Amino acid sequence: MDLYNNTITDTLDFIRGDKEKATSVSDSLITRIKNIDSKVGAYVSFSPDKSIKGIEQNVSLDAAKKGAPFFGLPVSLKDNICTKGWETTCSSNILQGYIPPYNATVVKKLREKGAFIFAKCDMDEFAFGSSCETSCYNKRAMKQKKLKDGPASNPWDLNRVTGGSSGGSAACVAAQEAICALGSDTGGSIRQPAALCGVVGLKPTYGRVSRYGLIAFGSSLDQIGPLTKTVEDSAILLGIIAGWDQKDSTSLNVPVPDYTKSLIDNVKGLRIGIPREYFIEGINSDVKKVIQEAIEVYRSLGASCVDISLPHTDYSVSVYYIIATAEASSNLARFDGVEYGFRHEGGDLHEMYYETRNRGFGHEAKRRILLGTFVLSAGYYDAYYLKAQKVRTLIVNDFSDAFKKCDVILTPTSPTPAFKLGERMSDPLAMYLSDIFTIPANLAGIPAISIPAGFSRDGLPIGLQLLAPAFCEDRLFQAAYTFEQNTEFHKKRAKL
Amino acid sequence: MSENNKLNIDNVSNLARLNLVDSEKKGLERDLKNILNYIKKLDEIDTKSVEATSHVLNIENVYREDTVSNSGAAADVLKVLPDSRKEGNFFKVPKVIEDN
Repeated sequence: MDLYNNTITDTLDFIRGDKEKATSVSDSLITRIKNIDSKVGAYVSFSPDKSIKGIEQNVSLDAAKKGAPFFGLPVSLKDNICTKGWETTCSSNILQGYIPPYNATVVKKLREKGAFIFAKCDMDEFAFGSSCETSCYNKRAMKQKKLKDGPASNPWDLNRVTGGSSGGSAACVAAQEAICALGSDTGGSIRQPAALCGVVGLKPTYGRVSRYGLIAFGSSLDQIGPLTKTVEDSAILLGIIAGWDQKDSTSLNVPVPDYTKSLIDNVKGLRIGIPREYFIEGINSDVKKVIQEAIEVYRSLGASCVDISLPHTDYSVSVYYIIATAEASSNLARFDGVEYGFRHEGGDLHEMYYETRNRGFGHEAKRRILLGTFVLSAGYYDAYYLKAQKVRTLIVNDFSDAFKKCDVILTPTSPTPAFKLGERMSDPLAMYLSDIFTIPANLAGIPAISIPAGFSRDGLPIGLQLLAPAFCEDRLFQAAYTFEQNTEFHKKRAKL
Repeated sequence: MSENNKLNIDNVSNLARLNLVDSEKKGLERDLKNILNYIKKLDEIDTKSVEATSHVLNIENVYREDTVSNSGAAADVLKVLPDSRKEGNFFKVPKVIEDN
């Protein structure tokens, strides 16, 4: 079997501290990328030749750490995670040429353990989107950085979206162009593309992973998390990146357990909550069928299913689009041409600020900055932002009440399988509603995982989502692992 | 939230320090009004006695010792900028205070 097909476990088992073998893993991935990324378009800031050099430098750098447990493991990174000396753009024009002077904490942690950053993945601009279609690299003028001309494609059907915003991270794993990847999740940006591309995606508890070096979108919602081929890999990767960080005052000093100890094939006695509000009208019939079958799988393995209610579910998209855009408009105020990336030259200070932002931000970024600015503006704060924060409390309470009756909650990850490229680009609300099942976990700060659960009649992957109380990732891993061990869906690969 | 209709795209884009191209103004204004209309749904809920959540983990102020350390970042930041955008150890910008 080709090395690029391997999981983290297989890869480490193959390398075992041998530099030559580590290089052959990278070479295998590079060949794979050269062969298929012109179809998938998962990677940016990437030319295969440059990356060979980068990898060689990286591997020899880390060779000194022979014996490091993850020596030679290539990790692909969403392009909003800062890499020292390596351009980081958030797939935005405004950050072209921005070269971070420091590494994100997750990058530092990976490197300390012997892993290295393999390549940077495409994403929706500043993580604003659910389809990877708002990336600035989709424009013809910007295509030189990608091997594909146009937006990232779903490996299962190249006419469909990858999901987003971590679309490149999900697609590269699904297309066997990566061993594993990191993404970020503000309203579903890891889980939704994981579901649409048929891989495992985890959003950890808010505060579990340091956000230092993650270019901020919605600071009270953002988390970095793994996209992997298996649940075991997800547990391994979370184990590397989790933990308290002095540089992120919202990270929590809670001990990091050995998550691989939760990989136990057993759900006997597990109480699974099924929220009735998630099986609504408008949910795709294939998704509904697959999720109902998944519930039966769990029942047959000895879990019990409990009917629960999350009564404020219907309000979560509204709450999210107030809070997330308000925080984004504030976070993106720093991009004004002074310190970072692109600057519009000529004219006075006023013109520099206004034109840099006009030319630097894409359409969806502008839409969200404007919405966020409006809901925070004088006279509207109470009606929108404060109101949303109050309803957020009710959503948090919904989950606390639900977890009195169950150990985990099971839902579809996305109401539909991957939709067609272009289908929702002219209708922002339809696009926003793609995240209806994933947003509540971010609002409540709880962990959630999406795993492959089946396929639509057209052969598109469908994901199931499991949610647990804060810092109970171990519970998610055990439930997800059990499903995976007793089904075959994760073994099927996209044909490219 | 009936104030939605008062959304003035010129005013909001000015607050956001954003020049908008005329051709995109209308579309953006319409999108924002549609989204605000959808958001109005929140008015259905009585939140008079509900406290706001600004942070899900209820972290109190996080303190640390105020010690000096050198991040070394300043030099790296300036290194990658073109000369027109820096002077010595500083970012260079167009004149902030006008003569008159």
